Amino acid sequence: MYDIILPFKLFKSSRLTILAVLAVAVSVFIVIVVMTVMNGLTVDFIDKNHGFFSDCIVSTDSLVGFGHYDEFITTLRSSDFVESVSPVINTFGLVKSESSSRNAALGLMGIVPETHIKTTDFAKSLYFHKDTPSLAFAPSYNTKLPGCVIGVDLLVERDQWGNYMQWPYLPRWSYGITCFPLTPKGTLVKAGVSVSANTKTFYYSDNANTGLAKIDSTMVYLPFEQLQSLTGMDIGQKRTSAIFIKFKKGFDIDKSVEKTADLWGKFVEQKSDSDIAGLFKTVNIQDFRSYRRETIAPMEKEQAMLLMLFLLVGLITVFIIFVIFYMIVGAKNKDIGILKSVGASGFGIMRVFLRYAVLTGIVGAIVGIACALIFLDNINSLENWLYDKFGFQMWNREIYAIGEIPNRPGVALPVEVAAAAIVACLLGAMLPTVRAARQNCVDILRVNQI
Amino acid sequence: MTENNNILTCKQVFKSYPMGAVRLEVLKGIDLNVGRGEFVVVKGASGSGKSTLLHILGALDKPDKGDVFFEGKKLSAFSGKKINEFRNRKIGFVFQFYHLLDELTVLQNVLLAPMVRAGAIGWLVGSAKAKKSALQLLGELGLSERTEHRPYQLSGGERQRVAIARAMINEPDVILADEPTGNLDSETGNGILRIFEKLHSAGQTIVMVTHDDRIAQKASRIIRLADGRVAPG
Repeated sequence: MYDIILPFKLFKSSRLTILAVLAVAVSVFIVIVVMTVMNGLTVDFIDKNHGFFSDCIVSTDSLVGFGHYDEFITTLRSSDFVESVSPVINTFGLVKSESSSRNAALGLMGIVPETHIKTTDFAKSLYFHKDTPSLAFAPSYNTKLPGCVIGVDLLVERDQWGNYMQWPYLPRWSYGITCFPLTPKGTLVKAGVSVSANTKTFYYSDNANTGLAKIDSTMVYLPFEQLQSLTGMDIGQKRTSAIFIKFKKGFDIDKSVEKTADLWGKFVEQKSDSDIAGLFKTVNIQDFRSYRRETIAPMEKEQAMLLMLFLLVGLITVFIIFVIFYMIVGAKNKDIGILKSVGASGFGIMRVFLRYAVLTGIVGAIVGIACALIFLDNINSLENWLYDKFGFQMWNREIYAIGEIPNRPGVALPVEVAAAAIVACLLGAMLPTVRAARQNCVDILRVNQI
Repeated sequence: MTENNNILTCKQVFKSYPMGAVRLEVLKGIDLNVGRGEFVVVKGASGSGKSTLLHILGALDKPDKGDVFFEGKKLSAFSGKKINEFRNRKIGFVFQFYHLLDELTVLQNVLLAPMVRAGAIGWLVGSAKAKKSALQLLGELGLSERTEHRPYQLSGGERQRVAIARAMINEPDVILADEPTGNLDSETGNGILRIFEKLHSAGQTIVMVTHDDRIAQKASRIIRLADGRVAPG
């Protein structure tokens, strides 16, 4: 029983305990705050990519695209695991505003709003057509004009809080969009005669805020068929450059991607005698993570590196606890001798100090978690206050596509960090505890007797 | 004193400590018998090995050579667990500097040995009885009002009485006291001495190391150590 009472008594009475608890609390606090923010940013980025690109993408890097897509879409729609499908053209073009003499080379994305909003989160990204996303390409000032949706960062500026300063009404702006149409063989239409380009005027109908900075600053969305025509993908067998697929809820993405790949394989076999069957060779079927691996992978790698760094923080905590417990055991030499003189075993002494360490870990973790939760709950208002008072901002919202700093750690992270803190305390206290257990009580009592 | 009445026996006990490059021989072949119910005082000059002998008798230390027997059983043959049990149940230590745990109250200090003995579950069952005994013991030693005080709130004499209560709580066969009055003024020392006299008259075996001649006069036997040996006479 002494090995249960004494850890509490030692914990309450030793000033060194405060240092140990503080060391644990600070480590727990740092890990939870940084992991919450970094995890939040990564998860948010992955979610936004998921929302933008759907679950699975059948795509080609070739600007020529691939044909027979509408037949494959029909096949997909009849599959039990597919929720919705939408064709997408990804290409580049020159965009010239009516008020400017300069052409800007931008990404162009041709979409079918009716199916695209069912397959992706496109509807959420719109400003003027939030409630009527299927009419995204119908400018409110004249719904019969061909509309275009422009990436929000191309048009709208942000204030210091990151909020877009949207116009209260839809401005009537027009853009000349030029594409260089390619034949199914990849040559320019009318090549050799003159450089051929298709230009058409589109009217600003909305802006899209996907939260993906690169896309919002370089992308113009056009009606699918109009872009198909501009790029020459409507010549002969109609072509597209991608098909976005959303799977039904409850279906595993990886397995569904495999099923899609099987369907694609069979489809390609069926169409092997097509004139443009060669274009199928460049087609890939990937889930959104693989499709966006170039942007997602570095963030995930960054997270893994962060985890490694926190292992170092853990090691430092272990070392601090080791030093503090070494001092505590040194200071409690006499007590160890007394306990041994009344018959306490070495293991009994170990239990006293290990329980003391666990108690330190638990209290340190509780303090650290509580402080971290309070800090995270106020991190955004704190940042706002810092900006108001000192002009400091962690991420300049005019540059970074971050709204609020992620501040929801969930349950798993604090529990895992608390468990790690307790283990760190046990590891740190282990050597001093063994030293305490092995101490010769006669030496201790004699030293204390002098 | 008959052989089978001996509770503690030392046979040719040697003990030395490293002192720089050489070893300091503290005990050089001690032979000693302590009979049940005896009050044995060990006297000798500083450094004569009195405390070392006491520690060896209480199994706090091991001799380099020779054997210590408790009720005829060789201590060196005891396992670690048995030695702990021996220290807990058979021996009660009283030190010159009291050696109380500052974090615990007077009552908890006294209950330390029963707590070690009982274990967590045993304590849940038997704590009430142990507490009753401890309170009774503290009452007999005049510390009824001090049970919830901490050691730093007590005088030297009171602390030593707590230490005696702690040594007695498990009703040990032998109390080993190392200069129990050495750190107390004469009047307080007398009070402590009266407690030991009372214990002895109740049949308690006591081995006490002391310089104090007043205590020596009360002992049933005086053993003088000189140069690591029991001095004749």
